[in-house]
Amino acid sequence: MAKKELVKIKVNGREREATVEPRMLLVHFIREALGLTGTHVGCDTSNCGACTVVLNGKTVKSCTIFAVQADGAEILTVEGLMSNGQLHPLQEGFKEQHGLQCGFCTPGMLMSSYALLQMNPNPSEEEVRWGISGNLCRCTGYQNIVRAVQFAAKKMLDNKAAAQGGRE
Amino acid sequence: MIPPAFEYLRPKTIPEALTHLEQHGDDAKILSGGQSLIPMMKLRLARPAYLVDINRIAGLSYVKEEGGFLKIGGLTREAEVESSPVVRSKYPLVFDTTRVIADPQVRNLATVGGNLAHGDPANDHPATMMALGAQIVATGKKGERVIPIESFFVGLFTTALEPGEILTEIRIPAPPPRSGGAYLKVERKVGDFATAAVAVELTLDDKGVINKAGIALTNVGPTPIKAKKAEEFLYGKKPDAATIAQAAELAAADAQPSDDLHGPAVYKKGLIKELTKRAIARALDRAGK
Repeated sequence: MAKKELVKIKVNGREREATVEPRMLLVHFIREALGLTGTHVGCDTSNCGACTVVLNGKTVKSCTIFAVQADGAEILTVEGLMSNGQLHPLQEGFKEQHGLQCGFCTPGMLMSSYALLQMNPNPSEEEVRWGISGNLCRCTGYQNIVRAVQFAAKKMLDNKAAAQGGRE
Repeated sequence: MIPPAFEYLRPKTIPEALTHLEQHGDDAKILSGGQSLIPMMKLRLARPAYLVDINRIAGLSYVKEEGGFLKIGGLTREAEVESSPVVRSKYPLVFDTTRVIADPQVRNLATVGGNLAHGDPANDHPATMMALGAQIVATGKKGERVIPIESFFVGLFTTALEPGEILTEIRIPAPPPRSGGAYLKVERKVGDFATAAVAVELTLDDKGVINKAGIALTNVGPTPIKAKKAEEFLYGKKPDAATIAQAAELAAADAQPSDDLHGPAVYKKGLIKELTKRAIARALDRAGK
């Protein structure tokens, strides 16, 4: 058996580590070594995007990268979106706009949308569709997902404006 | 699917990586973006005993214009090319190509170097780099050598890279004034491999006559195909509808597609003809006809 490797990753702001085989995929590290099962294994062939996480600020499909490659990196998973007991505006958007039915694709959709809004806080419908083009949903037909992301974008911009207004 | 076991090597420098490659020979594979290699390992189509992860080597990721070339570092991600201002403004063919490769998550890891070194005729950059007349810089124990793209793709999944070499840079000649390019691809769904695709790069002289034409085809043969007859036909002509239609016929004649799940060969020839026509028109438009 191949030599095991110590992998240290900052996950949702917390330093985590485990000693694993080099062939362990990042998604299995997150789910099995760390017990964070919000990140889903969907197709396992790099198509569906259910396993999407944010790695050093960029989305990746965690079924198509080895955990050892992420040694020393920072990762955000769906568990890290909520803060102070409050849903993230994206989570709120998916709830309010019915952006999910079975919910299987939702963690990946949320992470892709999160990265999109970091890059582009006010995306057009077309830009939202580009942002989630690596995520498949078999239930919704995407309409409500697009609305959910735009709901969140508006809320985040409003919150930002309110915070800035408050400071002046 | 769990890939077969391997030893993981993480060199910090190119010489260190080359030493690993020399030591392990055919048992070693370079891990770059991993977006083709990892799926192949899951399917046991590749079972390297050693993976040499080059992602921790500094200074291999860049997009810059220098000495009459656009230089793309061997580790540059597709997403970095996609967001590069110089690519967007001066290299529309490269920009078009990068945008239709897989999806945003895959492009955040996948590298242009890997897209070429993998030698898959279904990949998109090979035809584009052929249309642009790019050069590949390979670094080995004996130093660097420059490989013209025309002799880079040897066969299915086979390139001119030697086992001990790393693709460290791609050089694209800077386009003269009045140049334009376009990449058009038909895919069943976003992120799929091309059923067929066409890369076109054209340069016009001050009279509007084509004095440089590069045309290459994706996924219609064991390697990317340079549509030489179409290129030669366009050279020295002032393009009109009849000329473009004739060039498209010639490009389709050079295609060697086979029947598969994407469609029958005759359909793919038809695609090449139509895509060539449209890509030439778009390239001319961008060249400022």
